[in-house]
Amino acid sequence: MKVYADNAATTKISKKALQAMMPCFETIYGNPSSLHSVGQDAFHAVRDARITIAECINADPDDVYFSSGGSESDNWAIKGAAHLMAKKGKKHIISSKFEHHAVLHTLNALEKEGFEITLLDVYENGIVKPEDVKNAIREDTALVTIMYANNEIGTIQPIGEIGAICREKGVLFHTDAVQAVGHIPIDVQADNIDMMSFSGHKFHGPKGIGGLYCKKGIRLPNLIEGGAQEKNRRAGTENVPAIVGMAAALKDACDNMEENTKKLIAMREQLIEGILKIDLSRINGDREHRLPGNVSACFEGVEGESLLLYLDLMGISASSGSACTSGSLDPSHVLLSIGLVHEVAHGSLRLSLCEDNTPEEMEYILEKLPPIIDRLRDMSPLWEKIQKERTK
Amino acid sequence: MEYSEKVMEHFTNPHNVGKLDDADGVGEVGNAKCGDIMKMYLKIENGIITDVKFNTYGCASAIATSSIATDMIKGQPISEALKLTNKAVVEALDGLPAVKIHCSVLAEQAIKAAVKDYYDKNGIEYDEAEFHFNEEHHH
Ligand SMILES: Cc1ncc(COP(=O)(O)O)c(C=O)c1O
Ligand code: FES
Repeated sequence: MKVYADNAATTKISKKALQAMMPCFETIYGNPSSLHSVGQDAFHAVRDARITIAECINADPDDVYFSSGGSESDNWAIKGAAHLMAKKGKKHIISSKFEHHAVLHTLNALEKEGFEITLLDVYENGIVKPEDVKNAIREDTALVTIMYANNEIGTIQPIGEIGAICREKGVLFHTDAVQAVGHIPIDVQADNIDMMSFSGHKFHGPKGIGGLYCKKGIRLPNLIEGGAQEKNRRAGTENVPAIVGMAAALKDACDNMEENTKKLIAMREQLIEGILKIDLSRINGDREHRLPGNVSACFEGVEGESLLLYLDLMGISASSGSACTSGSLDPSHVLLSIGLVHEVAHGSLRLSLCEDNTPEEMEYILEKLPPIIDRLRDMSPLWEKIQKERTK
Repeated sequence: MEYSEKVMEHFTNPHNVGKLDDADGVGEVGNAKCGDIMKMYLKIENGIITDVKFNTYGCASAIATSSIATDMIKGQPISEALKLTNKAVVEALDGLPAVKIHCSVLAEQAIKAAVKDYYDKNGIEYDEAEFHFNEEHHH
């Protein structure tokens, strides 16, 4: 059996998205900037995609900008807002400890430029406290950027509450919603979101395409100078097939969200229940406020990369935040941010599901996982130590 | 990052996994940074390593290096085993990704630590310098 359980890394493109894209290669191949009818067809395709996406997040289509993906949108929004506000003497940014590197590394770069960064705690359950945001806001705060849902442990942040605080205090608010868009209901207006990043390939759209919602009135500096695309702010001929595919994928995801969520939560809980039967295992992050398809677990005495590769040999694709998979020799900053010690973070496994997965596949994972863990523990000197300490 | 077929072969079916209850020398080394641990058990007769087993907590390359390094020293005189370098281990595995080279150092060190334990237990004199390794030197 083949089980793809790494949908937080990327997803398979949906049939609807693929179908919508094909004509963009074959017949709607014009340049949206051209005035002839071939170009106008492409122009309409891009316009319609923008409207579709805006509807899915309750935004004005004028406020939706296309980009190459989540990383670009994060960079654009954060650097742009920082530089915009620096002109008013505001050089303080609030974020959280467990943001994606697209955010954290951007903040590092800004720190080197002289911005002051406050990274909020996310506590044991992996959730930012809105009152911490409130207390951290100062006269010179330029921006608050807090992710909508965490990519590793799946915890959903109180974005509506944080948005309300920022709006009340008059501080710009950006959210990296790459893991949330298409997975949970999002309303940028109700949540008081000023800027929001999203990425097509996380909801069964194509890779290398994403977007930024940027509320009217926020004049972000241009990202790419050139033609008039994206209202002059990001020049370059649009990736029409990808834009159209992303919109179709998002519409499909939002149309079926309720049904998909039910199915996903049932599978997620099936996995969690089975995993918790394994000795010295734990589930990371809040049990309730989490993405419907996210299971993040740790198994003591086991190293994550080995676990992941043995699962792969059984046809199961998953991921791990272990030090050995990171290339940097440090376990994932997300797992450390919720207070896990290195040894425990080292044995992490993330299974991220989508609606194409089945309960039978969950059974298969739960059948294959325990013997692999036993096998790794049998050859683990760390497990030997843990066992000795337990019998003491 | 990509592993060679040889690495995957040894990772999938590692040789010499286990413990030796009657080991003559046991060595345990750890990589303080990524937290991995390798434990080596040696059975030694007349200066020859007649049996060897290992336990490893670490990534696929740590397991594969343990497997191939134990193969390489089994049946060898101690003097030969001490000459085993991590470079030779990496070559025998048809290479390791750059970020994984440090894993191969563990195998070399675990063997040395086990031989040192054997020397210590049996009052055999040795040159301290040969066993002086800094666990952090590869970082
Ligand atoms: C939370 C989060 N932000 C940003 C990104 C980056 O998105 P992209 O791969 O589209 O650049 C990802 C994807 O890994 C993510 O999970
Ligand atoms: S043992 Fe940790 S990276 Fe290889």
